[in-house]
Amino acid sequence: MTGRRFPETVAGAFPDVPVPFVDAAGRDVEIRAYDGSDGAREALVAMYDSFDPADRAQGIPPGGDERIREWLETILAADCLNVLAWCGDEVAGHATLVPDDEAYELAIFVHQDYQEAGIGTRLIKGLLGYGRAAGVEKVWLTVERWNHAAVSLYKKIGFETSDAESFEMEMSLRLNESADGEA
Amino acid sequence: MKVLCGIGGTDDSLRALERSVDRAAVADDDLTIAVLDNPDSTRTPDDLVERAAAAVESAGIDAEVRRVDGDPGSRLIEIAEDEGFDEIVLGGGQTSPMGKITIGSIAEFVLLNAKTSVTLVR
Repeated sequence: MTGRRFPETVAGAFPDVPVPFVDAAGRDVEIRAYDGSDGAREALVAMYDSFDPADRAQGIPPGGDERIREWLETILAADCLNVLAWCGDEVAGHATLVPDDEAYELAIFVHQDYQEAGIGTRLIKGLLGYGRAAGVEKVWLTVERWNHAAVSLYKKIGFETSDAESFEMEMSLRLNESADGEA
Repeated sequence: MKVLCGIGGTDDSLRALERSVDRAAVADDDLTIAVLDNPDSTRTPDDLVERAAAAVESAGIDAEVRRVDGDPGSRLIEIAEDEGFDEIVLGGGQTSPMGKITIGSIAEFVLLNAKTSVTLVR
């Protein structure tokens, strides 16, 4: 794998979690950091258990309770950063930063019952605020190039296209200056 | 069936090798393993030839292992067409730490351009 490119300029302001708001459908929603409790994990599993496979991206989330739990075990590990969008005691959406050698990979999912209500934007901003506070420097993601809604959301947030040569487009963003000052 | 398995050294290509050899042993495929130059791989072609030969030997099948230089995708397609292969088998993509599947550049090219069937091994 060749090295990824990241913007030199640090992205704009992001809010600190928790972020309470009323969504476009009038529901009270709050973005909060994942607290590692059994209750939060089970509510998240429940969201993915009823997740429409049509919104799967590059194989995730996987289908079936067992595979979902196995996948979540990886991305809910202590070195990952996770935020959830709560509507009452239900999880409406989930965003995650998973570390590789030099940066963090981002993914975000909003359940079909809660899409197109402004939750995704709040969720990703909340995650990036949480990540910045935790000292994360560089973030990248891949997105299917036909997924215009997602691509325009990422651009609006400050992501820049770093590789457009494959089926999946790669985008990246800088949250903090590198410790060694190198871009 | 006359099968051409292309391996460049990424982990998913080694799964494709394993699956092609296992299948050839039961289905009596006429298997050729093409060792490709994949710039994304850290394993050397010599290593891969050795690994492929060992896999063939331990499965007790008769398969050719061949070094293929040059652009991997176009060379594979050329060989498949010139030599009448029925199918090209490749690795089905690498998985990111997040679990996202990314199809390799060779597979992308072969999928879009091959006239034969293409199997991506997961």
